[in-house]
Amino acid sequence: MTRYTSATDADRAEMLAAIGAASVADLFDEQIPAEVRLGRELELPPGMPETEVYERLRELAGRNADAESELCFIGAGMYDHYAPAIVDAITQRSEFLTPYTPYQPEISQGTLQAMFEFQTAISELMALPVSNAGLYEGPSSVASAGYLAIAATGRRRFVASRGVHPHSRETLASYCAGFDAEVIEVGLEGGLTDAAALTEAIDSDTAAVFLQQPNFLGAVEDVAALAETARAAGALVIVAADPIAAGILRPPGDCGADVALGEGQPLGGRLDFGGPSFGFFCVAQEHIRRMPGRIAGETTDVDGRRGFVLALQTREQHIRREKATHNICTSQQLNALAGVIYLSWLGKRGLVELGELLVQRTAYARERLAAIDGVELLHDAPVVREFALRLDASVDAVLDLCAADGIAAGYGLGREYPEHPDGLLVAITERRTRADIDWLADSLERAVAASREGAETGRGETAGVR
Amino acid sequence: MSERATDAPGLNGETPMQRDRAVTIFERSRPGRRAATISEPGVPTRPLDELIPAKLRRERPAELPEVSEPEIVRHYNRISRRNFDLDTGFYPLGSCTMKHNPRLNERVAALPGHARLHPAQRPARAQGALELMWLLGESLSEICGLPHASLQPSAGSHGELAGLLLTRAYHADRGDERTKVLTPDTAHGTNPATVTMAGYEVVKVATDERGGVDVDDLRAKAGDDVACLMLTNPNTLGLFDDNIREIAAIVHDVGGTLYYDGANLNAIMGHSRPGDMGFDIVHVNLHKSFSQPHGGGGPGAGPICVSDRLEPYLPVPRVVKRDGGGNGDAAAPIYDLDHEHPKSIGRLRGFQGNFGVFVRSYAYILSLGGDGLTEASETAVLNANYLRARLSEGAAGRYLPPGYDRACMHEFVLSGRGARKQLGVNTTDIAKRLLDFGFHPPTIYFPLLVEEALMVEPTETETKESLDAFADTIGEILAEAESDPEIARNAPYSTPVRRLDEAAAARRNPVVRQPLS
Repeated sequence: MTRYTSATDADRAEMLAAIGAASVADLFDEQIPAEVRLGRELELPPGMPETEVYERLRELAGRNADAESELCFIGAGMYDHYAPAIVDAITQRSEFLTPYTPYQPEISQGTLQAMFEFQTAISELMALPVSNAGLYEGPSSVASAGYLAIAATGRRRFVASRGVHPHSRETLASYCAGFDAEVIEVGLEGGLTDAAALTEAIDSDTAAVFLQQPNFLGAVEDVAALAETARAAGALVIVAADPIAAGILRPPGDCGADVALGEGQPLGGRLDFGGPSFGFFCVAQEHIRRMPGRIAGETTDVDGRRGFVLALQTREQHIRREKATHNICTSQQLNALAGVIYLSWLGKRGLVELGELLVQRTAYARERLAAIDGVELLHDAPVVREFALRLDASVDAVLDLCAADGIAAGYGLGREYPEHPDGLLVAITERRTRADIDWLADSLERAVAASREGAETGRGETAGVR
Repeated sequence: MSERATDAPGLNGETPMQRDRAVTIFERSRPGRRAATISEPGVPTRPLDELIPAKLRRERPAELPEVSEPEIVRHYNRISRRNFDLDTGFYPLGSCTMKHNPRLNERVAALPGHARLHPAQRPARAQGALELMWLLGESLSEICGLPHASLQPSAGSHGELAGLLLTRAYHADRGDERTKVLTPDTAHGTNPATVTMAGYEVVKVATDERGGVDVDDLRAKAGDDVACLMLTNPNTLGLFDDNIREIAAIVHDVGGTLYYDGANLNAIMGHSRPGDMGFDIVHVNLHKSFSQPHGGGGPGAGPICVSDRLEPYLPVPRVVKRDGGGNGDAAAPIYDLDHEHPKSIGRLRGFQGNFGVFVRSYAYILSLGGDGLTEASETAVLNANYLRARLSEGAAGRYLPPGYDRACMHEFVLSGRGARKQLGVNTTDIAKRLLDFGFHPPTIYFPLLVEEALMVEPTETETKESLDAFADTIGEILAEAESDPEIARNAPYSTPVRRLDEAAAARRNPVVRQPLS
């Protein structure tokens, strides 16, 4: 008997007698032909006591440089924001943690109401009337929007700004193999989507234009102006928006977006080495029946009490099968719950105050870092909490040197933006104080100087995995 | 959570929770209240207009609630109590594997080295995380009998899409144009939806009278235009298809791949492996067989394991193990993320996958070990067969007989056809009446093949006592219906809300947003 099962020998004997089987092995032998039986034990270590499992996992965790033990200035789509204690306290409640999808609404009102509240908050944030209850995460939500755009327009060509997260563009391209669609990329000029190139790329076959706000290099785009071109050509406008920045920026719905979506991690989520988080997804009214994912709706019970149910399920895979709008059957509910708790915690004023704080600290950091010898701005477009630098030094070598000071200095752009081999993306959350930023500046200054010196003497590079 | 309807004075026959009408967090908002206090910038500030032009900024703040911390805590605690959950009671929801969620797993997932590890941390500084992913991939490969793993897919449905995109890439690489994917008519709705998303046409394969794949129908439909057969074994009826080797041979002979939907893996861990049955691709639902909490509908994860011929196409980045130099020790291995695979289908999401889920599931695998996982499947199958035996007797046996008269694996399907015809109560009525008795109902009206279906999966978590209590309750509900079917037809009575008007929710326009003043 394992510690997670309860059948004693006596139980087994009684149960087998009721079944009319001689042994549990017989139940398997009777059903599974010998040629597909494993016939040996699994080659996995034997089970361990809880104390030993804990120590093993603690040992593994101890070999990661996390944001608790070093100063984290990495962003690139996921951010080290502070999540209040109430997020864990509420999401760890058995009532939220351990049920499944609310298919029995009478005993799932907690989850359904949380979904409804989440939808309302996200819809308000994005300024679009309809929101679903959550998708897997950000980049796959971008790809899902492509599926919607094909259904809505009958066209199979996408135009994506290179300001859209590289993971989103890569995911969209992967999904396109199934959609029989193609993606055309439009470059950046001064950190911002090249409007002339965008206009040129859009034609009557364009199903959708993909933009990101702020874009991957941190720059705040003029989404309304870019959207106009797309709409004139009959293409949908799909905007991947940062939900924290959306607290102070003109929301996608007010800029002509048909779909606004994004990565939900900044809203009270853990970094978790990349997941789980949630994706949010809002659409203009006309696209509601093409929207992927679950939606909670409001109704009443037989006695007239207010209640919530899964609405418009006829879009979904368990009803529509091959004609469904998507195959997804999760709303990342627990992460989405963290999101709505977080937004309630910040509230109407707190979200704005947080956004303005980020803008000020980021402006300070940007100015401070750009003043370093061998460091310059990669672009000078407006930013909220992330900006791009150009280093006159090897980015990898500089990151190694800063790491030795206990600092994760940022995200190297080279692999995903070969046009910026010397680019470094730096993110500032509210957890990074002026003192932290000053420390980063000192460390970066030393690192760039040392790296330039090392390059001259041929000692700037270190081998192995970075 | 389920309460007795009350005749206490002044409550008008309602339970306290029914009297507590739903109020959203938005309606609790009052101007001026707040929960968060935000730090001062602490840096020299500049006018906002200089930093971001006004035309790019919001004209008015988003209408989020204005509430204090105690209100948030009370609000979400109160609504949480309107949920039924696995920690409280029996949850025999077929095909969902509602097994216990160990709290140890929550504790280790919350360690800062996991929870606060940035996904773009460079591999050299995330060795513990990459080693964990490598070890989980190896463990799943052993359990599934397929040598290569990708942990990237975010859920079972995402794993299915990955599998069909792999299939597409595999055929395309051989210059082989194929258009059809076969799915059995008992398949979960996700399978056909995925087929369409992957650009294929669904072709349904019939089920034979024993509940398995109709091999003759399969043979007739298996042509050189078939890209893949998607199957689960045991299938959604809880029955193991003993023709699996023949089925695999038919599909492989026409050049197709075989995809295993891992929804039912909990039946066979340590006993039989999809790879040994002939499958090329498997997705594993970590939130089913490997104890990740369901969270009210996510998060989960849907890693895939594949055969050698599909390996070149796996998603990137891949976790790789290299020799030497790790942990300051020249002999210790180094783990890395490998992005360079020209034949890869590419990336299916951001970063590396649902790592927090990987931590929980790896902790579960360490806790049980190979022997414990094998025993978990044994107990799951024992529990299902015992409950099936209990429900074959008395009133249940008369009105709710099993859809197929043979032993089952980890779940089984009952048919409520008799209850509907003879008692005038349908499967929904029985499910709703179960709510009054404090049980989560089985999955209902699925699979479509069985009339008035109830799909029961008790899992290894349950004690004999809880199985007996459930069987007794089903008996009581049917006996009650024999004398007065109206009771079940109007159930439930004691839940926070009673039957809801689902059609009205769809009619509301817009359905997802109350007008905010």
